Amino acid sequence: MVKSITNLSRSGVSDWLVQRVSAVLLALYTLFMLGVFWATPDMTYELWRQLFSTFWVKIFTLVTLLALVGHIWVGMWTVATDYLKNAWVRFLVLCAVAVTAFVYLVAGVAAVWGV
Amino acid sequence: MKVSIYRYNPETDKKPYMQDYDVDVPADKDLMVLDVLNLVKEQDVSVSYRRSCREGVCGSDGLNINGKNGLGCVTPLSEVKGGREKLIVRPLPGLPVIRDLVVDMGVFYKQYEKIKPYLINNTPAPAIERLQSPEDREKLDGLYECILCACCSTSCPSFWWNPERFVGPAGLLQAYRFLADSRDTAQEERLANLDDPFSVFRCRGIMNCVSVCPKGLNPTKAIGHIRSMLLANAT
Repeated sequence: MVKSITNLSRSGVSDWLVQRVSAVLLALYTLFMLGVFWATPDMTYELWRQLFSTFWVKIFTLVTLLALVGHIWVGMWTVATDYLKNAWVRFLVLCAVAVTAFVYLVAGVAAVWGV
Repeated sequence: MKVSIYRYNPETDKKPYMQDYDVDVPADKDLMVLDVLNLVKEQDVSVSYRRSCREGVCGSDGLNINGKNGLGCVTPLSEVKGGREKLIVRPLPGLPVIRDLVVDMGVFYKQYEKIKPYLINNTPAPAIERLQSPEDREKLDGLYECILCACCSTSCPSFWWNPERFVGPAGLLQAYRFLADSRDTAQEERLANLDDPFSVFRCRGIMNCVSVCPKGLNPTKAIGHIRSMLLANAT
């Protein structure tokens, strides 16, 4: 068994499940947004604000944001461990990915719950 | 016919190079790549490659032939030339070259050893043999036939990038061969040894292994079964 201390869950099967489930959630959210744009060709700021002030849209958006962060970490960790062979370079790149994902999450939560 | 061969002798060459040979190939015969290499060796005895059974059983002559991995002895020229003027033969990619077409397969065997490629059964052995139903035996078809030629693992980018951590398609096909064996009692232990982010899950399912396997086996399918077993076994 290979030891890893930087992957999301320490377990291969959990990471794999997170990646697959988050991919489904991201796909569903994408379809939802496409559906919204298709149903409202004349989108205005008021309609947009009204959409995101709905409780279930907030929940769906927040779940998708969490899924996005999980998906980013599993995917970028995989890419980094494939291609970045120097441990320090990999560590620094993964730190940058972690900070970026965290900023996305905080900014996303602030935007969604601020409406 | 023009044949271009990867040459490298670490004792005399600073770096590898390709060397061209002109080989007279009988027009009425569809020679195998190994036959062509033998004709090259008649011209230049210094060309090195592995071969033994010359009938696709021993797995010694895994080579990269015109860009695709395969066994020299069972790959006919008609299949690989495809309108090309030249036959280009290189060693299996991703493994250290010892000399010319001979690679060091140490890391490949290390991964094979890791999956414990033998039956584990701690119950008392019966007087004659451990019986298996024909249905259970059938589950091993498409798994036990692997000859460990390394064509699959060395065509897999995940194995190129992480040869020390990712078991690779050949090792995982064998891992599933023992996981699927009704006589083996170490299923949980075997699965626990595979549940890390590298050993199995570094497979991205691109199926290079399936497209090059000279025995027509399907490691990607076996890896899918292992994933399902890990998932079913998880709490």
